[in-house]
Amino acid sequence: MFLLLPFDSLIVNLLGISLTVLFTLLLVFIIVPAIFGVSFGIRKLYMKTLLKIFAWATLRMERGAKEKNHQLYKPYTNGIIAKDPTSLEEEIKEIRRSGSSKALDNTPEFELSDIFYFCRKGMETIMDDEVTKRFSAEELESWNLLSRTNYNFQIALAFTGISLLVVGTTMVGYLPNGRFKEFLSKHVHLMCYRICVRALTAIITYHDRENRPRNGGICVANHTSPIDVIILASDGYYAMVGQVHGGLMGVIQRAMVKACPHVWFERSEVKDRHLVAKRLTEHVQDKSKLPILIFPEGTCINNTSVMMFKKGSFEIGATVYPVAIKYDPQFGDAFWNSSKYGMVTYLLRMMTSWAIVCSVWYLPPMTRETDEDAVQFANRVKSAIARQGGLVDLLWDGGLKREKVKDTFKEEQQKLYSKMIVGNHEDRSRS
Amino acid sequence: MGSRGSHAARIPDGDSIRRETGFSQASLLRLYHRFRALDRNKKGYLSRMDLQQIGALAVNPLGCGVGNLRVDFPGFVRVLAHFRPVDDEDPGMRDPKEPEPLNSRMNKLRFAFQLYDLDRDGKISRHEMLQVLRLMVGVQVTEEQLESIADRTVQEADEDGDGAVSFLEFAKSLEKMDIEQKMSIRILK
Repeated sequence: MFLLLPFDSLIVNLLGISLTVLFTLLLVFIIVPAIFGVSFGIRKLYMKTLLKIFAWATLRMERGAKEKNHQLYKPYTNGIIAKDPTSLEEEIKEIRRSGSSKALDNTPEFELSDIFYFCRKGMETIMDDEVTKRFSAEELESWNLLSRTNYNFQIALAFTGISLLVVGTTMVGYLPNGRFKEFLSKHVHLMCYRICVRALTAIITYHDRENRPRNGGICVANHTSPIDVIILASDGYYAMVGQVHGGLMGVIQRAMVKACPHVWFERSEVKDRHLVAKRLTEHVQDKSKLPILIFPEGTCINNTSVMMFKKGSFEIGATVYPVAIKYDPQFGDAFWNSSKYGMVTYLLRMMTSWAIVCSVWYLPPMTRETDEDAVQFANRVKSAIARQGGLVDLLWDGGLKREKVKDTFKEEQQKLYSKMIVGNHEDRSRS
Repeated sequence: MGSRGSHAARIPDGDSIRRETGFSQASLLRLYHRFRALDRNKKGYLSRMDLQQIGALAVNPLGCGVGNLRVDFPGFVRVLAHFRPVDDEDPGMRDPKEPEPLNSRMNKLRFAFQLYDLDRDGKISRHEMLQVLRLMVGVQVTEEQLESIADRTVQEADEDGDGAVSFLEFAKSLEKMDIEQKMSIRILK
């Protein structure tokens, strides 16, 4: 027992020293740069090394599979089946042409063979449709180790970030309104978001920063995960929009509001579209308030496409600043499948992934033109974002993740087909 | 996550399904994953609800369905097998004792026939024709117009004058059609 004593004190000393070293490292390499927005470029180097390792590992695995003669499942990204992009009319005409022995100067009204078109289309969508596969994580053709151990470090960092945010904004809230308060609140927000970004080991490349949103505008972006907020907010000052939550999120929301105006809605208010539009318009018209950050898809999409934008934010009439966010899937799947993982599990997964690499493009501002309605404007913005980010532009509603499709779409198809079989009938009766 | 190596052995009854339907191992695997993706609650079969969730299918006026309320994976693949492109082998070489492959011309025609023949009595009556037409056009066409279309169609195809279209009459009216191509879906490698 007595022999242990000198060792004891040695261990204690070592522990003390290592802790101090750790904290200094923490301070120097992470928090200080976060505050000043400087980066050492270490993460870029880390990313390059990771890429090389993954490429090597994939090669090894493929070679191993060939040797053993196994069928290595290559996940598809573009679809299971070969599809012809022809319209309803063209296809049905073609089917009729190939089957009919009659002369086709009067296009017949209806043929038994018409059913083949619907049948095949139906089967095609059962085998592979554009929407369902957007809601499962994008499948990769390479292999990567998507987890690593020892995430205590990241969690500590995230914790620091969040607590700093809460404390900082509350403190700033006590200051009297004025330029100084605004300045301070912006920087407190920014600093905390930057710390969170480092907690997630995110490597973000911003493009076209001269197009960043200005006061009195609305910033619109495609939505893949809750991290999108952190990514955008660490490079600009935004006012957030969202529902009031309870628990930790609620505390954060209340603290943030003290420092500068965000727009938080009660759950009951969310249903009232006019109220929502009114509050947003008020916020936007006050030029001293920060631009609003909105994700019009309404839900998380898996970052291979952009789905229908809800038109609410486009009706307000403010300048819209579109932003495209694209995650690099080789480093980690950032998509939050809310039916599979809860928020906390998701965040832990994000923190333990090797890195989150993404690109953010700020697109030039757009305004609604006089002959456009909100829906057309929304679609225009959506196409611009999809084009920039290299994502597929889809007309489908993100709400399909949870609900069934509306009947209006079915009616459109029926209208199209009716014109083919009855529209001709009218011509006949006239002649 | 990690590596994603899979074998056909993971699919229950994989070998017998392959023999029956003629799908390649790779295609079967893809269909299996598709089945699993559609089966949201991992019940092991697809319900009408699962299929209705597919947006593009709900839009299809026929909701060209697999019919029953519960479709397990073998049933799923059997239906899809009808749409496999026809093999390029010489029909004379085929062993006549073996059952006709699911994707033969006759079987494709039978599948389409069943879409019209709702009560499965082997004939498409005028009433059934009306019902199917109604599905395809919704409310866009009046009852009289639809009735005249249905009458004309049944009349043209009906050869023995019984007022309904049997399977043989159906097949005869479509004998010139390139069914093999129109009712085929090619699975990408």
